[in-house]
Amino acid sequence: MTTLEHHDYDVIIIGAGGAGMRAAIEAKERGLRVALICKSLLGKAHTVMAEGGVAAAMGNVYEEDNWKVHFRDTMRGGKMLNHWRMAQLHAQESPDRVQELEKWGALFDRTKDGKILQRDFGGHRYARLAHVGDRTGLELIRTLQQKAVSLDIDVFMECKVVRLLTGDDGSVTGAVAYWRPTGEFVTFAAKAVVLATGGVGKSWKFTSNSWEGTGDGHAVALWAGAELIDMECVQFHPTGMVWPLSVRGILVTEGVRGDGGVLKNSEGERFMFNYIADMFKAETADSEAEADRWYDDHTAGRRPPELLPRDEVARSINSEVKAGRGSPHGGVFLDIASRRSAEVIRRRLPSMYHQFMELAGVDITQEAMEVGPTCHYIMGGVRVEPDNGATSVPGLFAAGEVSGGMHGSNRLGGNSLSDLLVFGRRAGMGAADFAEGRAGDVPKLEESLIRHYIDEALEPFTRDEGENPYDLQHDLQEMMQTNVGIIRTGPELDEALEKLEVLKERVNNISVKGGRAYNPGWNLATDLPAMLTVSTCVALGARERKESRGGQTREDFPKADPELGKINFVSRQPAGGGFNEEIKISPEPLPEMPDELKALLEEAPK
Amino acid sequence: MTTVENSATRVDNSETPVVLGGTRGGPDVSTVRKDRWWISPVITVSILTSFVVYATWAAFVGKNYYAGSSLHRDLISPFYSPCLTASCVPGSTHSPTISWWTISPALLILIFPLGFRLTCYYYRRAYYRSFWWAPPACSVVDSHKSYSGESRFPLIFQNVHRYFFYFGLIFNVILTYDAILAFSMPGEGGIGVSIGTLILCSNAVLLWLYSLSCHSCRHLCGGQVRSFAKHPWRHKFWKFVTPLNAKHMQFAWISLFVVALSDAYIRLVASGTITDFKIF
Amino acid sequence: MSDVVMHVWRGDSNGGDFEEYTLPAQEGEVVLDVIHRIQATEAPDLACRWNCKAGKCGSCSAEINGKPRLLCMTRMDQLPEGEPVTVTPMRAFPIIRDLVSDVSYNYEMARKVPAFLPPPRPEDGYRMSQIDVERGQEFRKCIECFMCQNVCHVIRDHEENKGKFAGPRLFIRYAELEMHPLDTNDRRDLVRDKAGLGMCNITKCCTEVCPEHIKITDNAIIPLKERVVDADFDPVAWLGRKILRRTKRTPQEASVQPE
Repeated sequence: MTTLEHHDYDVIIIGAGGAGMRAAIEAKERGLRVALICKSLLGKAHTVMAEGGVAAAMGNVYEEDNWKVHFRDTMRGGKMLNHWRMAQLHAQESPDRVQELEKWGALFDRTKDGKILQRDFGGHRYARLAHVGDRTGLELIRTLQQKAVSLDIDVFMECKVVRLLTGDDGSVTGAVAYWRPTGEFVTFAAKAVVLATGGVGKSWKFTSNSWEGTGDGHAVALWAGAELIDMECVQFHPTGMVWPLSVRGILVTEGVRGDGGVLKNSEGERFMFNYIADMFKAETADSEAEADRWYDDHTAGRRPPELLPRDEVARSINSEVKAGRGSPHGGVFLDIASRRSAEVIRRRLPSMYHQFMELAGVDITQEAMEVGPTCHYIMGGVRVEPDNGATSVPGLFAAGEVSGGMHGSNRLGGNSLSDLLVFGRRAGMGAADFAEGRAGDVPKLEESLIRHYIDEALEPFTRDEGENPYDLQHDLQEMMQTNVGIIRTGPELDEALEKLEVLKERVNNISVKGGRAYNPGWNLATDLPAMLTVSTCVALGARERKESRGGQTREDFPKADPELGKINFVSRQPAGGGFNEEIKISPEPLPEMPDELKALLEEAPK
Repeated sequence: MTTVENSATRVDNSETPVVLGGTRGGPDVSTVRKDRWWISPVITVSILTSFVVYATWAAFVGKNYYAGSSLHRDLISPFYSPCLTASCVPGSTHSPTISWWTISPALLILIFPLGFRLTCYYYRRAYYRSFWWAPPACSVVDSHKSYSGESRFPLIFQNVHRYFFYFGLIFNVILTYDAILAFSMPGEGGIGVSIGTLILCSNAVLLWLYSLSCHSCRHLCGGQVRSFAKHPWRHKFWKFVTPLNAKHMQFAWISLFVVALSDAYIRLVASGTITDFKIF
Repeated sequence: MSDVVMHVWRGDSNGGDFEEYTLPAQEGEVVLDVIHRIQATEAPDLACRWNCKAGKCGSCSAEINGKPRLLCMTRMDQLPEGEPVTVTPMRAFPIIRDLVSDVSYNYEMARKVPAFLPPPRPEDGYRMSQIDVERGQEFRKCIECFMCQNVCHVIRDHEENKGKFAGPRLFIRYAELEMHPLDTNDRRDLVRDKAGLGMCNITKCCTEVCPEHIKITDNAIIPLKERVVDADFDPVAWLGRKILRRTKRTPQEASVQPE
């Protein structure tokens, strides 16, 4: 048996998006040995796709804004399923995190008096999103990347973690990974591990997620004994591109609507006025004139309904299309051309202009865009302690999209970038504390288990005949889109779970050709188990949660059930599980919110 | 494989150890491009060569560069202005003259506009590509054995561009003065506008545009400051020249053509081949 | 619709060759879609790096018909019809496999850039004006596709220069820092001495290939060259410094990291 490449660290961080890099910076600044492991090159993570901005109640544009309003908006947007403590920490700390970025070199757009400019976004009461045109995610990731580089953090690029390792006491001891360029395996022993692997969107057909969004972190955490909560809460972003087919799902930033864009159906009607839910009636405009006044002065009118939370808008678009009032390619029209000058559009939304021009041949300063819902974000995820990101597995921490609880059943736009920063830092601190407190040097890894996991990952090479991983991925995506899409029903979910069992059998029969070096077929084969695990969790959660709430919409239970609004659905597996093992799901009560925070929610909007 | 190893010092100023070599991908050919990438260098070479040949001849020939009062005009070729030697034809000079310079007066002064264009960031691009073939076109191989760019002698002298720019400004003033003189029509009504007037005026305007759009000018106007907000006037200047700078290439070509045209036109007038048509 | 013929480079450090694939054309496709179809059918092991497929991450850089392009932003209907489409990996970097090249060089060079060094943060936060941040924002649009590095003949055709030439991607980084209204560092000697700014002969291929349309040469490299002239080649500026007793920072001073 050849010796494996091996590394010892105090803290390893899996995933180098915003949360991962922020955690790495925090742990490294504590003087620990830190490794950052990512599936792609550094700086390519899905965070770059975030466009609109980072939500932080700095009050630079509206002095009335403060963390309490942000907290309230976040809880209401999440339909009260959020972990109150996470929402509180998030609202309180995000201004500091944004300003910290500036100290590291970020260049946000400015107000006239030189402060950070903030823009309007769906569900946020005040203009709150610090932004850089429509490429805020890129700014964030580049700033963190440059900070990480200046701290000399060890980075393992194009290195995919297949499994976490745990010790006899159930604590995490390290990870097994392989280098994508060579296909050679590598092991990491670490006192603490931070998961920051992002989302799961690649299991759907129309998604804004890149190939990386395969839920690796959710899956390895579950397999290692951690808990996943509310996996049924999947956000479908209301505005993805719908045409040409090859770009279907690519995101169209909410900033288009924040900056004045409106949604119209094929009859030219601003249909969002017909879909204002009772919960939002008090603060949403009921006429076009009132909505239009709001853009210039938020005190002159109530918010336009285009800026309702994402779940509301996505469902409304879906209904319009179903009612036969959709655009030629099955979406609706997003029109900013007739409402803002070409110059303003190009300055405020440069990458949207570019994206439509190059990919669809549409000039958004002249024509309306065709848009429709696209799978975007998972609110559910690994259950963590709000203050330090600790999971139920000792030594394992999680932050960012892979963690659950922060956003409840629906995330507000702009809250993900602030989530990354706030909880990335906290998970980094938590992991550093844990590593410092863990006795002895790095834990010993169990050789036989490592071999087992490596053999498992290499199994597809051993079969001469078998399933093509691309076919399997395609079938999974088709199935999830149809059965576990934006609108769900009990029978469809039952069918989904049956089909997932069939897919699991087929994954056990995958065969790949060629060598191990940069073999995308094999890489996909090693992603599929995670995709199946998270898809199963989503389908299970969706079946169990018999209500409609945020990212979970049940046609057979169209109303929110107040009782279920106090419940998390928790998925579990015994430690050492895998995608073939059974996943158990159980309802558990949400943590009780302190009275002073409850009072904030009661307060009528000013 | 891309590990970035921990190093003892935070910043390492040594040359990067080149572990970066290795087999390149793609076929070992000078280019995979199949489009006609060579058209652009061919055009550049033809135009620049024609200009150099013409300008050399025109500079050495030392006559027919001034259409004076005998022709009821005051038109001087930009190649010969300012005319500073004792050999300058009567009327063409407005300053004390140098007697020891006996060859063509053009050769005394042409070094400045020539130097300005030779060290110009745009012309550098043009001739490095088309004459030097370093590289002839993007993703077409530059087959020189070694390459040090502008980091060593003699090309390090490209850095004096801003001084040629300053001299260029002096020339612009003189050639603007020439353009004003071109309105004078001694013995034909005193002042007027002829084709020659228009040519010399456009020549002066284009030379100003070429100079003001220069990259050094943009830098000196305001590009060099760290904060525009602290230097509002520098920002105004910078904002004025920035759109011009974007058209520097166009100005470089058009002004080159018009300079040659001015010389050729005046040459034809001065030699009596044609008469300068008076418009009004 | 008719068929498309793709000539795709297949190989690794031991050599390689073009492989021909013929597929039915589909409306609105970009080159990356066609590569994905090849992977899903004929060649599951065809290596190709990609992430966002929306021109925002800069992963899928390669050369299409010999020109550096993003595979995800090159529409098939923009390429000459009826001719085979040639896809090769970036030429300036070592090949890993097929269309994937080893871009470590760029990350190595990025490590040498001395970080942003602002003054301590004032009580009510930093103030900057929009006109100042816009200058740096142009450079921060960079998606690190490294096509400017790839097309730059200084390293593409002269391997020996790789150790001492930062390349256009890093020049815009230096420019961004030098133009940052809050930065207190002076990297001019560093950029001349260690980053090889003088090797650039401004032939502008970097600007031509930039998918973000950053004016790399006009707005970053030439301004940097002019700043180096201010520091090193301008006798008037030198005299001015002597009279006003201003100093510039040595490369060693400039390279000290904050904190």
